[in-house]
Amino acid sequence: MSGVRRFVARRLLLGAAQTVAVVLLIFALTEALPGDAAVALAGDQPDPARIEAIRAALRLDRPAHERFADWALGLLHGDLGTSLTSGRPVARYLADGFGPTLVPAALTVALLVPAGFGLGILAARHEGRTADRLISSVTLAVYAVPEFALGVLLVTVLALRLGWLPPTAVGHGTDLLADPSVLVLPVLVLLSRPVCSLARLVRAGMIDALASPYVAQARRYGLSGARVRYAHALPAALAPAAQQLARTVDWLLSGVIVVEALFVIPGLGTVLLDAVAERDVPVVQGLAVVFGVLTVVLNLGADLVAHRLAPRAGVAA
Amino acid sequence: MPDTPFPALRRRGFLAAAGAASLGGLALTGCGTGTDADAEAGGGSAPKRGGRLRAAFAGGGASETLDPHLANLFADVARAKALFDKLADYGADLSAQPRLASAWEPNAALDRWHVTLREADFHDGRPVTAEDVLYSYRRIADPDKAFRAKASLEPIDLAASRATGARSLEFVLKRPTAEFPNVLASFGAYIVPEGAGDFDRKPVGSGPFRFVSFAPGRSAVLRRNDAYWDGAPHLDELEFVVANEESARVNALLGGQVEYAHELNPTTARAHEDGGRISIVRLRNSAMQAFCMKTDRPPFDDARVRQAFFLIADRQELVDGALAGAGVIGNDLFGKGYEYYAGTLPQRTRDLDRARALLKEAGAEKLKVTLDTSAVAAGFTEAAAVFRDQAREAGVTVEIRMGSKDSYWSDILDSGTLCCYRSGAMPIEAHLSQRLLTDSTTNATGWRHADFDALYRQAQSTRDRAERGAVYERMQRRLHTEGGFLVWGFADWIVGTARSVRGVDAKAPANTLDWARFDKVWLA
Repeated sequence: MSGVRRFVARRLLLGAAQTVAVVLLIFALTEALPGDAAVALAGDQPDPARIEAIRAALRLDRPAHERFADWALGLLHGDLGTSLTSGRPVARYLADGFGPTLVPAALTVALLVPAGFGLGILAARHEGRTADRLISSVTLAVYAVPEFALGVLLVTVLALRLGWLPPTAVGHGTDLLADPSVLVLPVLVLLSRPVCSLARLVRAGMIDALASPYVAQARRYGLSGARVRYAHALPAALAPAAQQLARTVDWLLSGVIVVEALFVIPGLGTVLLDAVAERDVPVVQGLAVVFGVLTVVLNLGADLVAHRLAPRAGVAA
Repeated sequence: MPDTPFPALRRRGFLAAAGAASLGGLALTGCGTGTDADAEAGGGSAPKRGGRLRAAFAGGGASETLDPHLANLFADVARAKALFDKLADYGADLSAQPRLASAWEPNAALDRWHVTLREADFHDGRPVTAEDVLYSYRRIADPDKAFRAKASLEPIDLAASRATGARSLEFVLKRPTAEFPNVLASFGAYIVPEGAGDFDRKPVGSGPFRFVSFAPGRSAVLRRNDAYWDGAPHLDELEFVVANEESARVNALLGGQVEYAHELNPTTARAHEDGGRISIVRLRNSAMQAFCMKTDRPPFDDARVRQAFFLIADRQELVDGALAGAGVIGNDLFGKGYEYYAGTLPQRTRDLDRARALLKEAGAEKLKVTLDTSAVAAGFTEAAAVFRDQAREAGVTVEIRMGSKDSYWSDILDSGTLCCYRSGAMPIEAHLSQRLLTDSTTNATGWRHADFDALYRQAQSTRDRAERGAVYERMQRRLHTEGGFLVWGFADWIVGTARSVRGVDAKAPANTLDWARFDKVWLA
């Protein structure tokens, strides 16, 4: 197993370097945007003296590298800094935004895994027949609909026309679980596209595996159909699916801004969008760190799973 | 998000800056729409006590604060006015109405004002005193801070001003200021208890509602202040919720999740005006819509070019195209329907022949100009495109340049020559002093004329209201003839309410006293 351990260590090091690079890049990009926090705060009262005063009060008049160095030094002590706009700690922004992001994301993943795998396996089992054609065409069709359009459609029909569900989660931002009905539509919308891509991926992997020589060999040994399917063919399909799943979880945890805006869920995506608009650099950087670390960890996990399930594939990603 | 016609609406676009505005009595005449809710609100029956109202606003996200002096967005102001009071506030015609101040009286020179406070208490039971007023104003004017109202309070010499009793003060001004009551009513000039500094935890004000809870960017819950000096609110509880997407606010209103949704799109209003599920309130003459010509540089340093541009604009087409018809045309002057508005000046109409002749006289045939615009406010990019086509008919080539919406206002202040502009409600005097004097801080038209400044000072030294009005009229006449603001329209501000909501004023929009005034609202 020392090979795996070395691999993990190498990937973690690489991941740390990647996160640093992302944070540096984001800092540079935010600096490159026109205007700074002082200009954004001044809004439609751009009195130059006022902007200067805000700039001085926020200590934005120091050179960019100094500000970055200060922030990075704080980070080493676990301090993510404070928001330029409100003066509140960045950690609180992340903590407040994380719950509303995590709850729908967790629910989505909990439903995504059985639904995606179930549909994929079902389609693969009936390859070329009605069930497969139905699943394949419906998943392709749903995948083609953008979240925003699907969300508007579902809200209009299920919430406003039929009145079965609340149209938004407005006012529930602090405790989404208090009234779970507000989560149904957002989770449906979040689920729609990942379930399609996952099902199609599982189907393709299974069909490939079922046609492979080692499955043919297993059949020749007289293993039962179910055992061949689930013990031999499925693991081969799981490897790409695990990586797809990691990407989906990453996407969900980074805050799906369209869904957050449509259903008024004050999650991390909203925090990021507001922070960029306000040029609230410490908050943007704090989010960049969190998202960077998340991406690295999730992808590493997916690679390990893939490695374990299909060792012959090597660890490509 | 292609379905959102005005994505920029989300944020600073709304800088309420000066808010939206008011119908001011006169605009009401003859425009039959928008009075539906008013009539209903009037409805005859006595207000009913009790209930909880949820109001959805576009907000500032996780950075929101309840510090009333930091109020920037409409949501901030709506929360601030529920918790706090100002000494004065704007009536429907943007004239100052007494609030915590019960009376004000100037000396003969108009540079010392004696202000008397009414008997009012903060939520913790302490009375509102002259010391609280001085503390609040000094906090706003703190040179190390950059509170928005600081510029408005600039005329006051706060070091020399003093309390003359528990409930009386003498304000010493740096110069004669006939419109001093406007200063007391200015945006963000709320009175907080002496020593208050942390508004994140249990803010205490003197307003109609007391603080219950606050989650930035999500919700603020307030409860009736039974001891409110202006009569206790009808509602038991008031909750402000934040929903930045217009579609989300509408859906929440239609789905019964909120009872009041601020700032809806004209298309939404049209779809639901007769729908029966919700009531639409149109606050006319709300936001001035204009093109800003920089009068201090070519080609607009030639008055004939500015006059030609005035004549190029087809105002009704701009209102229809950029505001989806939700507004009225302008006459190149700010403040339609407000106190001192020069309403007798003839309405300017399109005249391409005259425009071409003026351009030829000015040697500006085949003129090419760049029009700065941005998605920072509703209708900006549409207005730019409509005007480009109108100008082409007069032989003028307009090139549209899209700017960043986060820094737009700062970008257009000094650079470029022509840009889209808008302003919420403020008194005409404030518009003049903030934007059209040599030392104005946001003089986006580069209008600097010593004789114009002198007229402003003359108005501020004139005690008699009618005489002062005559001076304002002279100033407006000049702006109408050759100013830098091509004011083509005034947009409606659109509010939606549940059918059960009563008492929503249909005449006084953002930042005036009766806009978002939830102490007068009740649920039938």
